[in-house]
Amino acid sequence: MYSEKVIDHFTNPRNVGEIENPDGVGQVGNPKCGDIMRITLNIENNIIKDIKFKTFGCGAAVATSSVVTEMVKGKTLEEALAITNAQVAEELGGLPETKMHCSNLAADAVHAAIKDYLKKQTKV
Amino acid sequence: MKYIYLDHSATTPVDPEVAELMMKYYVEYYGNPSSVHYFGRQVKKALEEARSQVADFIGANVSEITFTSGGTEADNLAIQGAARAQAKKGKHLITTAIEHHAVLDTFKYLAKNGYELTVLPVDEDGLVSVEDVAKAIRPDTILISVMHANNEVGSIQPIAEIGKITREKGILFHVDAVQSLGKIPVNVQDLNVDLLTISSHKIYGPKGVGALYIRKGVKISPLVFGGSQERKMRSGTENAPGIIGFGKACELASQRMAEESKKLTKLRDMLIDGILTKIEHVKLNGPRGDKRLPNNVNVSIKYVEGESLLLSLDMLGIAASSGSACTSGSLDPSHVLLAMGLSHEVAHGSLRFSLGRQNTEEDINYVLQELPKIVDRLRAMSPLYAKANCQNS
Repeated sequence: MYSEKVIDHFTNPRNVGEIENPDGVGQVGNPKCGDIMRITLNIENNIIKDIKFKTFGCGAAVATSSVVTEMVKGKTLEEALAITNAQVAEELGGLPETKMHCSNLAADAVHAAIKDYLKKQTKV
Repeated sequence: MKYIYLDHSATTPVDPEVAELMMKYYVEYYGNPSSVHYFGRQVKKALEEARSQVADFIGANVSEITFTSGGTEADNLAIQGAARAQAKKGKHLITTAIEHHAVLDTFKYLAKNGYELTVLPVDEDGLVSVEDVAKAIRPDTILISVMHANNEVGSIQPIAEIGKITREKGILFHVDAVQSLGKIPVNVQDLNVDLLTISSHKIYGPKGVGALYIRKGVKISPLVFGGSQERKMRSGTENAPGIIGFGKACELASQRMAEESKKLTKLRDMLIDGILTKIEHVKLNGPRGDKRLPNNVNVSIKYVEGESLLLSLDMLGIAASSGSACTSGSLDPSHVLLAMGLSHEVAHGSLRFSLGRQNTEEDINYVLQELPKIVDRLRAMSPLYAKANCQNS
């Protein structure tokens, strides 16, 4: 039911972990629905320099988290904010219908982390 | 890669002896059992022999067995059929929160169509209390349905005691025995039941066939009209090869059950003890000992999600199942685990292994060797685990 790319990202996830003292943190989902994604990132000159994820969830949740970190690393904040959940799923060669809503939140998690960073900037 | 099948509660392989017999009734004896001629008579004879094999296995009379397309249809026939036939007598129905959806959803449908439904809770081990059943009974109660053994956590319900009460009160009692058949004794006399559902493909018989036991004298309305098969209780040309295979599967199960259940109980406890010792933050779901089906293991592995566990096991050739929402196509995890009081998080991390005839100690050791590594890997990825560790330290 999963594409080869999903299985690859599930088996060998990229950028797993948590950045210490990150510039931005984003967490979406809740344990009730069975999916939580937590993104930490560092930003330099408006560019995502480093990004890591931790995810509690199904195969699709892990794979979307992993692939989104690859998609946005080195990108400007504007470029990263323009990426949608649908594009993340597309990058993986599609997801099963039932997974499109519940487990496809990776772009939202990245956006939340960027917004967290921007909020901290305005405060300073 | 070695493949290990630990999902026998989902379905079992067909026993080669059963398959061989069925093949004859596909290619050689293909007549319609309702036909008068030689071709039909041959099949009719085998069909009635199958009926007696099934009846013998559950302590029933041949005339009390109605073949259906499976457990789901038998549950529907029992519940809808009994509710309709007794609608003038009353409108109150009783069942439990941990029934299979074939039972639960049928009751919910009736509750939307003029009947009143009481759904009884279970304790933390997934057991129904006899007292709760007795208390729920009203003067207008017409049907009570309680499963014999739960499909997810293997808890065995006090059916005989409940049956004693329903018999005293003259209320129809239906039992879904799909999971218990072939694993523990199922005898309609000992259990004091009026209607009992069984299925073929859980006992090494073919898919697409099941049966409803209807105690002599119990009146229920049919669901399917259009012929006079199964004494008008279930119209449609009989699935003769399937029914004949089911009969053979019952005969084999009755010969093998005692020895097999002893072996499975040993493997079950080995797997339960192994998981609880080798992995931290694990909860066994369901009772221990003889209130649990001999072949059922169900654990919640905290801070990880069930589908990712299944996927990881599958990559190593191990087939299991989970009560996680991600495997059910709905957003909620298993209704059984929630009814037992588990939180959503813990229910999402549940894993069921259901053992069967071919499993060996070697299989169990392989699972015990690989599962802790999988859990470590997934926990390293889990934001919940990091948080839990901080709280602990």
